[in-house]
Amino acid sequence: MTMFGNPFNRNVKLGRGCPCGLHASQDEHARSFRAEATQAAGNSVESNYQRIVEASVMRAMFPQDAQRRAFLSAVGASTAAAAISTFFPIGTATEVFAQAGKLEKPDLKVGFIPITCATPIIMAEPMGFYKKHGLNVEVNKAAGWAVIRDKTLNKEYDAAHMLSPMPLAITLGIGSNPIPYTMPAVENINGQAITLAMKHKDRRDPKQWKGMKFAVPFDYSMHNYLLRYYLAEAGIDPDKDVQIRSVPPPDMVANLRADNIDGFLAPDPVNQRAVYDGVGFIHMLSKEIWDRHPCCAFAASREFVTSAPNTYAALLKAIIEATAYASKQENRKEIAAAISPANYLNQPLTVVEQVLTGTFADGLGGIQRVPDRVDFDPFPYESFAVWILTQMKRWGQIKGDIDYKNVARQVFLATDTTKLMKEMGMTAPASTSKTFVVMGKTFDPDQADAYVKSFAIRRDN
Amino acid sequence: MFTSLNARALAVSFCIFVAFLLAWHLATQAAVPVQKMDPEYAKLMGLTATKGTSAMPGPLDVAAKIWEHLKSPFYDRGPNDKGIGIQLAYSIARVMAGYLIAVMVALPLGFLIGMSPMMSKALDPFIQIMKPVSPLAWMPLALYTIKDSSISSIFVIFICSVWPMLINTAFGVASVRKEWINVARTLEVRPLRKAFTIILPAAAPTIFTGMRISIGIAWLVIVAAEMLVGGTGIGYFVWNEWNNLSISNVIVSILVIGVVGMILDQILAFFARKVTYPE
Repeated sequence: MTMFGNPFNRNVKLGRGCPCGLHASQDEHARSFRAEATQAAGNSVESNYQRIVEASVMRAMFPQDAQRRAFLSAVGASTAAAAISTFFPIGTATEVFAQAGKLEKPDLKVGFIPITCATPIIMAEPMGFYKKHGLNVEVNKAAGWAVIRDKTLNKEYDAAHMLSPMPLAITLGIGSNPIPYTMPAVENINGQAITLAMKHKDRRDPKQWKGMKFAVPFDYSMHNYLLRYYLAEAGIDPDKDVQIRSVPPPDMVANLRADNIDGFLAPDPVNQRAVYDGVGFIHMLSKEIWDRHPCCAFAASREFVTSAPNTYAALLKAIIEATAYASKQENRKEIAAAISPANYLNQPLTVVEQVLTGTFADGLGGIQRVPDRVDFDPFPYESFAVWILTQMKRWGQIKGDIDYKNVARQVFLATDTTKLMKEMGMTAPASTSKTFVVMGKTFDPDQADAYVKSFAIRRDN
Repeated sequence: MFTSLNARALAVSFCIFVAFLLAWHLATQAAVPVQKMDPEYAKLMGLTATKGTSAMPGPLDVAAKIWEHLKSPFYDRGPNDKGIGIQLAYSIARVMAGYLIAVMVALPLGFLIGMSPMMSKALDPFIQIMKPVSPLAWMPLALYTIKDSSISSIFVIFICSVWPMLINTAFGVASVRKEWINVARTLEVRPLRKAFTIILPAAAPTIFTGMRISIGIAWLVIVAAEMLVGGTGIGYFVWNEWNNLSISNVIVSILVIGVVGMILDQILAFFARKVTYPE
């Protein structure tokens, strides 16, 4: 940690060959700075900046390093620090430095799909969370999941809103070339629903759903896995007894109206929009399948994470902060107003409000009050990833053996999130993994293979 | 003058238009019967569900929307919400870029093919296979190799507009009257001069027909391409409004796309008339 060495320690040398004085040339300095900054990104960023600022001040006061060391041994480090900070505002200088100098790439493009899952990513722009962390982020609406994937792989977007199975699929090279991808934060939990066409309002038991056509937003989505899980639990084989297609969310309501599909498990506001337009009704919320399940995620390539660590940390902080803000019920109306305009979701305000506040019309004439219809929790538990991988395996998207835990750890950066959350004074979960219950069945991430084998309807082998 | 052909055609056009508007207006007036619901619930629902208003906008709604767009065609409220004028400018710029590259490739190549029967035979199988491929089928390949969605859509425009120009240029050049070529040969005109002073003017009307077909196709394709990749452009605008199920905006864009397409076509038709010659 030489770069961030304590200048008030007389045993540390402060030279002038480069800004930090430890390298012969500016070039060498830059190289080692990058390496160290990568490590340092995990540590407290602020304290590092303070060290850098203090070092520069000391260097300016004592051009000869020997003098500084003599001064320090004469008065003692803490006295020196106190004395200097009385006439030089190190605190202010640190802040200025932290805002001006820390970001490798302050102008970023972040892609999103216009659904309420993307709430933290979207609202961080109009509500100033990115600005607060010194970032100038342009949030760009993308036409579909495949497009957002390709545009992030092409580096048109620096980071993007993805479905949480997508970074896993990209890393494993399912449906695209394998590229190491990371998912440092979940955006929303819950917030999806099964919507059926009005004509099915008397067929509420999934056992009666044979021969129906369903839509999900993407093959590698929680929606696909949850719908398959739900159907299979009712004895319906999702590959043989029904048809499941991938349909972009905006087309879903129109397809439902045109009678091309019988229902969908979709992200909001699509479900509420179907109700709003009198086309369908909400059969059940996804929280009834798996309460507090992850859905969409904030994802970035591993390359971005390592090549621009400070930018990455600032971006992630902005997202975590926005997510925390969104998780508070009392802020939801304000958020709904911020994200409904055409630049973002492009939906009627009441639709977005019903989704976010959880007080909504169910399409059958009733008003339901489910405050946690959608909630926001950034923590990417590794066991979420393991569950997703088990389902990919179960439905034949992954062939052969797989090291569940290893892949989960590489992609879901729970450790990074923990660090940043602590830095921001939030309480991070004690463990990066947790067990949970999906439709009454407990999932143990240590028994992933046995879990896959325990299902009667499955496509692995 | 009322009996002149043009005047009568105009009158019929007008009648068709009015009849169409009237039928449209009446069709969207019919309200669907709705069930009674309690007012608190109704507040959460859309007009289609509560008042039985047709989801299809009437001509008056569309006219209001057009007026709204005409009032501020160039507003810019962030990267995902720009005025229809800006969106059109993006689309036209993309079409022009792709189209001009296509012109630069297709005209020389077409000349070559037209002047040499051997090259014509050699390249024919490639052209015949590539020509019927839907330009959008190139999109995934373009995105994968070019790694930039904007350049990819320009590439798609290029690939779709190159074939009609190429084929027409080759055909035009090949069917220049033999007598003219022979006269040139007798006068010992050098090849370059022959190409520019005899073949080019003679083939120009056919070449322009090809260019006119191409611009039409390019304009058709840009809308679809922008719907696929998103970001900016009139295609993205349609997609964004479709996302909001705003049918009146979709209808407005259809009209705008039609008008711009017609203007582009008329510009090339004008040039085509300029180069036509009586035989």
